[in-house]
Amino acid sequence: MATNTVPGPRVGQPTSLAGKAAFEVDDRLIVAGPVRRTLNKVFPDHWSFLLGEIALYSFIVLLLSGTYLTFFYDASMKEVVYDGTYAPLRGIEMSAAYESTLNISFDVRGGLLMRQMHHWAALLFVASIVVHLLRIFFTGAFRRPRETNWFIGITLLVLAMLEGFAGYTLPDDLLSGGGLRIFSAVFLSIPVIGTWVYFTVFGGDFPGEVIIGRLYILHVLIIPAILLALIALHLLILVKQKHTQFPGAGRTEHNVVGNRLFPTFAAKATGLLFIVFGLCAGLGGLVQINPIWLLGPYNPAQVTAGSQPDWYIGFVDGGARIFPPWEIVLWGYHIPPVFWGALGLPGLMFGALAIYPVLERVLTKDTASHHLLQRPRDVPVRTSLGAMAITAYVVLWISGGNDLIADKFDLSLNAMIWFGRIGFLLLPPIAYWATYRICIGLERHDREVLEHGIETGVIRRLPSGEFIEVHQPLGPVDAHGHGELAYGGASVPKKMNQVGGARRAIRGFFTPIEEPAEVQRQAEVEARGLESEQASRELTGSGRPSEGGRPSEGGRPSEGGRPQDPRD
Amino acid sequence: MSTPNASSVAPPEGGRRGLFRRRPAAGTPAAAARDRRRSKQHRRLANVAGLMAALVLTGVGYSALAPGASAADDSTGNPSNAVEAGRELYTRSCITCHGDNLQGVEGRGPSLIGVGEAAVYFQVHTGRMPLVRQEAQAPERPPIFSEEEIEQLMAYIQENGGGPTLPSGDLRAGDLAEGGELFRLNCAQCHNFAGKGGALSSGKRAPSLEEANDMVIYSAMLSGPENMPVFGDNQLTPEEKRSIINYVQTLKAQHDPGGASIGRVGPVAEGLVIWVVGIGALLFGIFWMGTKA
Repeated sequence: MATNTVPGPRVGQPTSLAGKAAFEVDDRLIVAGPVRRTLNKVFPDHWSFLLGEIALYSFIVLLLSGTYLTFFYDASMKEVVYDGTYAPLRGIEMSAAYESTLNISFDVRGGLLMRQMHHWAALLFVASIVVHLLRIFFTGAFRRPRETNWFIGITLLVLAMLEGFAGYTLPDDLLSGGGLRIFSAVFLSIPVIGTWVYFTVFGGDFPGEVIIGRLYILHVLIIPAILLALIALHLLILVKQKHTQFPGAGRTEHNVVGNRLFPTFAAKATGLLFIVFGLCAGLGGLVQINPIWLLGPYNPAQVTAGSQPDWYIGFVDGGARIFPPWEIVLWGYHIPPVFWGALGLPGLMFGALAIYPVLERVLTKDTASHHLLQRPRDVPVRTSLGAMAITAYVVLWISGGNDLIADKFDLSLNAMIWFGRIGFLLLPPIAYWATYRICIGLERHDREVLEHGIETGVIRRLPSGEFIEVHQPLGPVDAHGHGELAYGGASVPKKMNQVGGARRAIRGFFTPIEEPAEVQRQAEVEARGLESEQASRELTGSGRPSEGGRPSEGGRPSEGGRPQDPRD
Repeated sequence: MSTPNASSVAPPEGGRRGLFRRRPAAGTPAAAARDRRRSKQHRRLANVAGLMAALVLTGVGYSALAPGASAADDSTGNPSNAVEAGRELYTRSCITCHGDNLQGVEGRGPSLIGVGEAAVYFQVHTGRMPLVRQEAQAPERPPIFSEEEIEQLMAYIQENGGGPTLPSGDLRAGDLAEGGELFRLNCAQCHNFAGKGGALSSGKRAPSLEEANDMVIYSAMLSGPENMPVFGDNQLTPEEKRSIINYVQTLKAQHDPGGASIGRVGPVAEGLVIWVVGIGALLFGIFWMGTKA
């Protein structure tokens, strides 16, 4: 090293080995600034903010296990005669794709575990996306400025479903072949262009010889690449726009309260990563999924009872099952019923989801930027619409598995279909009404507690003989004894324990992790006015533009509240 | 009880002939009337005695010929007795719905002419018959009749109606892989890929093959019970039937290499597991992490 090009030791020069190495790296890449900003990013600590991360981590499981499976899978529809380990299929003609999947299951070391982990992780991936979506929807996190990220999220969900369907088809077993057959029928049902779409996709009569190869390249390259790019974009936009947060003490539209990425949040995220990995591995090792050897190779002349898609396509199947057999002719074009159930319904659902933020913005004329979340009860119409949509979805979902439900619960399949038809029309409005009433009731109770205070359970008899319950006001009261606190969108304490009416509960999720005596001592310290809890929390300026588009003036307490440079 | 009774009744018959020889001399109307009365009484007595004797003879004959508990093994060796016993059982338990000549009763039960012992074996052995009540489909339950009684019923129906008979030999003597192919082609669309059963229209269903033994499966194929089509020997040769049975029973005995089978019913159970176990566990996990914040 040419010592004369580097200035001599000066104050702040690293002395440890790691510090020196980091210094060298930064000297070349100049990353200290961005890395510090990233490590200092603040994440809200509410549990529901981890739902999207479950999706992210199951996607990582999918990438890793899927890569392993590609080493052994042969995406070919070439006819072969099986002569492998599994005796009940020996001597049967099958496609090379099915044979290689059998070999993965029985002959490749760890193959069956990987296959099952991959499949369970796929189910988990879509499920966690849906739960994440519901959280975003019901708390209004999709509002301006986050419509773009909402739209990317919906696209991710649709792509994840397509990706799952392609993967479901690849083993070329009896179940996946049945699914492919339905898919081909759905293509054919598209008015005007159906036949052309079908022949473009399948390249000949069903099933042809190209479809597995095409779905394979879609499944391992094209859709994962788009998914990866969109996930990256999703996260970049999230970092740029900062997190939303629930309203609460010290939380405003211009800050984010929570833990920094490093070390607290990084530890939590790593923990969750391992929980998701562990769950996928546990399910993959302990619970059998898609036993293709029992199903047998696909043969268009065969089908099995209870042919169902994976859960996320189930509602499409349900729609196709309950749609009445109406042969509708529009403008001289015949539209088969399967079109409405299998394409119309999902199209309507995802269309409504995609434009919902715009719809709500236009209808409520609320065009302001929002960074504080809403409690579902405070937006009864949206919450009720969501409940209505979930109800309709669940009816379709149940209808997708109605034959199994009929069989296992000794019901008539016809009755199940009529339940689906009537339930799809009748239950969502009921759900809307019920949810709306519940929201209004909860809202009113919040207001009531703010106005009159918490019910203490203490009954007092007045000299006049009247009995009253003593209420504990939450804040200052006016001349009439009514609370003057306004509702701030945050949870309102409704029990005396929540405002210090009793000693706080002993901590510990599974077993107590602290001594009651110590808690008592702490409570006494707190009673003397010494804050012990909030000191460890950090209140951080996000640098988000405030009024007039000027950067926030708020610095971190540790920096003495000095104004900071704009970060982004 | 009958034998001493019969001997005690017998002497008056001889005495009656003696009385007739002695009395004609009396001649008076009163005597004649008494004679008529007495002869009427005697005839009555004689009729009773004759009936008793016939009953005794039948009873003795039955106890000698019909299979007792000790003679159970002989019942198959003596078809006509099994048929008789079968008729008894039929008259007691089946005749209401299937008619006194196996012709069936409109609105109650079908004709049993031509169904053969295979159908009897399947329906009675699986407890579907005698029917509990008229509904979409007879449910499976523990059999009412003993093995021996089922054989008697089979003999009776076979004797009077004719039809397919039960096979003998090793019912699993067939090719496993071919059985699988035939099962997927002919059976899986109703009974599911692993024989777990499935729903049919209007409350009818294809039952699970979990409890079915070889003979039950074979006789079901032969007789086509309820909604099941008949797979006669022209549709599936006896060898092919044995292959299918071999496949079904092999699958049932087979371990699930992937872990818990969750019913072998496909993606619906898998979806249930991921939502209840997967999402449930993770929500619990992140909620736990949330409390640690």
